[in-house]
Amino acid sequence: MSEQEIDLKKRQILKNATSVVGAVGVGVVAWPFLSTWSPSARAKAAGAPVDIDISKLENGQLVRVLWRKKPVLVFKRDEQTLADLETLSAELADPNSTEDSKEQQPVYITKSHRAIRPEIAVIVGVCTHLGCSPTYRPEVGAADLGGERWKGGFYCPCHGSKFDLAGRVYDGAPAPTNLQIPPYHFVSDTVVRIGVSPDEFEKTPIMKRNRLS
Amino acid sequence: MNNKNWIDQRFPLTKVWNEHLAEYYAPRNFNFWYFFGSLAILMLVMQLITGIFLTMHYKADTLNAFASVEHIMRDVNWGWLIRYMHSTGASAFFIVIYLHMYRGLLYGSYKAPRELIWILGMVLYIALMAEAFMGYVLPWGQMSYWGAQVIISLFGSVPIVGTDLLIWILGDYAVGDPALNRFFSLHVIALPLILVVLVFLHIVALHTVGSNNPDGIEIKENKDKNGIPKDGIPFHPYYTVKDIVAVVVFLMLFCAVLFYAPALNGYFLEAANFVEANPLKTPEHIAPLWYLTPFYTILRAIPPILGSQFPGVVAMFSALLILVALPWLDRSKVKSIRYRPWIYKFSLGVFATSFVVLGWLGMQPVISPEWYVSFMGMIGMKANTALYLILARLFTVLYFGFFILMPIFTSIGKNKQVPDRLVE
Amino acid sequence: MNKFINTIAPILILLVSFNGFASSNLDLDSANTDITNKKSLQNGAKLFMNYCSGCHSLEFVRYIKFTEDLGIPKEYVVENLIFNGEKTGDLITSAMPPDGATRWFGGVPPDLSLVARYKGTDWIYTYLRGFYPDDSRPFGVNNRVFKNVSMPDILWELKRSNTEEDFNAYVRDIVNFLDYVGEPAKLVRPAIGTKVLGFLLVLLMLTMLVKREYWKDVKYGKWRAKS
Repeated sequence: MSEQEIDLKKRQILKNATSVVGAVGVGVVAWPFLSTWSPSARAKAAGAPVDIDISKLENGQLVRVLWRKKPVLVFKRDEQTLADLETLSAELADPNSTEDSKEQQPVYITKSHRAIRPEIAVIVGVCTHLGCSPTYRPEVGAADLGGERWKGGFYCPCHGSKFDLAGRVYDGAPAPTNLQIPPYHFVSDTVVRIGVSPDEFEKTPIMKRNRLS
Repeated sequence: MNNKNWIDQRFPLTKVWNEHLAEYYAPRNFNFWYFFGSLAILMLVMQLITGIFLTMHYKADTLNAFASVEHIMRDVNWGWLIRYMHSTGASAFFIVIYLHMYRGLLYGSYKAPRELIWILGMVLYIALMAEAFMGYVLPWGQMSYWGAQVIISLFGSVPIVGTDLLIWILGDYAVGDPALNRFFSLHVIALPLILVVLVFLHIVALHTVGSNNPDGIEIKENKDKNGIPKDGIPFHPYYTVKDIVAVVVFLMLFCAVLFYAPALNGYFLEAANFVEANPLKTPEHIAPLWYLTPFYTILRAIPPILGSQFPGVVAMFSALLILVALPWLDRSKVKSIRYRPWIYKFSLGVFATSFVVLGWLGMQPVISPEWYVSFMGMIGMKANTALYLILARLFTVLYFGFFILMPIFTSIGKNKQVPDRLVE
Repeated sequence: MNKFINTIAPILILLVSFNGFASSNLDLDSANTDITNKKSLQNGAKLFMNYCSGCHSLEFVRYIKFTEDLGIPKEYVVENLIFNGEKTGDLITSAMPPDGATRWFGGVPPDLSLVARYKGTDWIYTYLRGFYPDDSRPFGVNNRVFKNVSMPDILWELKRSNTEEDFNAYVRDIVNFLDYVGEPAKLVRPAIGTKVLGFLLVLLMLTMLVKREYWKDVKYGKWRAKS
């Protein structure tokens, strides 16, 4: 009968309306559960950027800081060092940092000296072979590292890998790639912030929100 | 539809849907008391999901457990909400279960042919209490530690094997890391699996004989020419639709507690548990959460006999297990309280009251309050036995009396005439 | 339903209202804190860091919360509220060395992250204002709610240089702050709850309509009662 038909239509509408509202409810309830996976305040604190004052840094002086549990080396290079870097291409495995470049350095690191400001080097001090800490050997001409040909760099004591003062790996070393460059930028003339790229290169807003800056 | 056929050829999807939902005929007169079965399923699912997410952040070792719970409450995005859902959920689960069980007492749902459903239900109840007890140890607060210490040491009171049994359970000489770790495993994996399997068996047993109803009449005794019980209606859509309303009402009450008073003044989250476990400092007052207190009172009511706590332990477990015997203690031919004589209604009232009073007593310290001592002094008597113990013993006797005397009081008195067909 | 009301409810009501076994409550003053009062919380944070954090840690709280929850600008937090070179993401520790504390006070001053949850605001309010002179104690003071406490009356200067009303207000701020610290979610919980209940009310009305519609079948439709 027509009464039945009207009933069925009404049922359909009510059922649909309730289902939609119910689905919205389920979505609203699901959101907090999914959010628990986002970095917690503890994770954000642990991964927070590290600021370094470089105003007192002398030529050749190296500062080591911990960022996200990794040692980051910050040191000053003079003009001679920078000039020397250009002469080493023949001995390096990857002088232009083209291998695995997305993993090895941020997109804004493009030159062979691998830095935003050439005189300030910021390099992750973890050997790309098996993770040991390479030793800082800035002395040019060190006898045990090749004498005349050694222009300063890093030597990894574990398996003998050698890197130059831009963190580029020497040919024949067990290490496969150059040392990593972390994201960083200059907050001011005298302060480097490790962990945050310059504004224009910072990724999406969500990444910004997850930063404890 | 093509997809449905493809599945049906390989899996009894439509068959199961019909047998257990669209063509499962339930009595048409289900009332308020019949909501709690589906609400129990809701609570189980809620505890499982919130529990899974808590486990992603909780650390099960004595050095980090307490701090990890605070980490969840403060550092994890929305962690506080998940934690409160789980703690409120535990208490809500027991409220639902106690009302669900009480329905069974009101309408004789445990009587033949439903004894197995009742037994499975009792096993579920015991498993749920074990699950809740172990869950409460995990935050590693003062009450977690000392509650565990008190209850587990009861196993040490078992004659002859007690001491060895205790050490075996603890994996150590006292409650500590080994106990916490194994409780974590049992609480997160073992017991949830057992609970889910038992719920499945419980529902299969129910669907085999069909649901009882507030009139206690077997609707399958009156079928129409199609074999459908004349007083039955398909569970789906009628009871699915009705149960969803109950779910929403329940969620409103649940959320009111969750968002406005999650600790419920110490009833759902005890204040003492916000202090980290300290083996060197016993809290003034050790009490389990409200849902375990009736049995705790019975335990404390029995004094040590010949220096052993074992009689108290036996009494406590007997109080639990005697419920299993209900189908055989109840001699009445009538199922529902609606048609039982006055003597039964009175006895059930006394039992329910005893259970509630025993529960309340379990939250109190074992003392005589000031006013009682002075009152006794006034009438020229000394308060030798703590008032607490007097009351605990009285209501323990009443509790057990309900079961022990049941074969008698269910055989006397005149039942009202039970109709053939359901009363609307 | 009637049976439920008739048998259980009166007993429950009686029991809940009667608590004859309660241990005699010490006379506690009402703290009357208002957790929605941001200024009070900010003042409490300042007072706590200045007077209390030398000995008492807040081991579960991060400085950054003062900015996120209480609205204190980050630079202010770094300059005025962090005394030991920690970063804003760090947890609030106290500078008190544990072995020193045991020698000087007989024990390590407890962490106060959760004190409001297990002692309650009224107790803390009464405690901080409850010191009185007592020559038999090492620091010359005792406390009326915590007999023979090892803590000195750290707020005595504040008490001396303010009217009673102002001093009580300052203590109330500290207690309010500790209440928040005990459970930071308290700030947002009730408001979210109201929204959730509002949504559920709408859902309730819809589901009730659906139920009523379908149950027409059972009342007088194809599933109506048959003889």
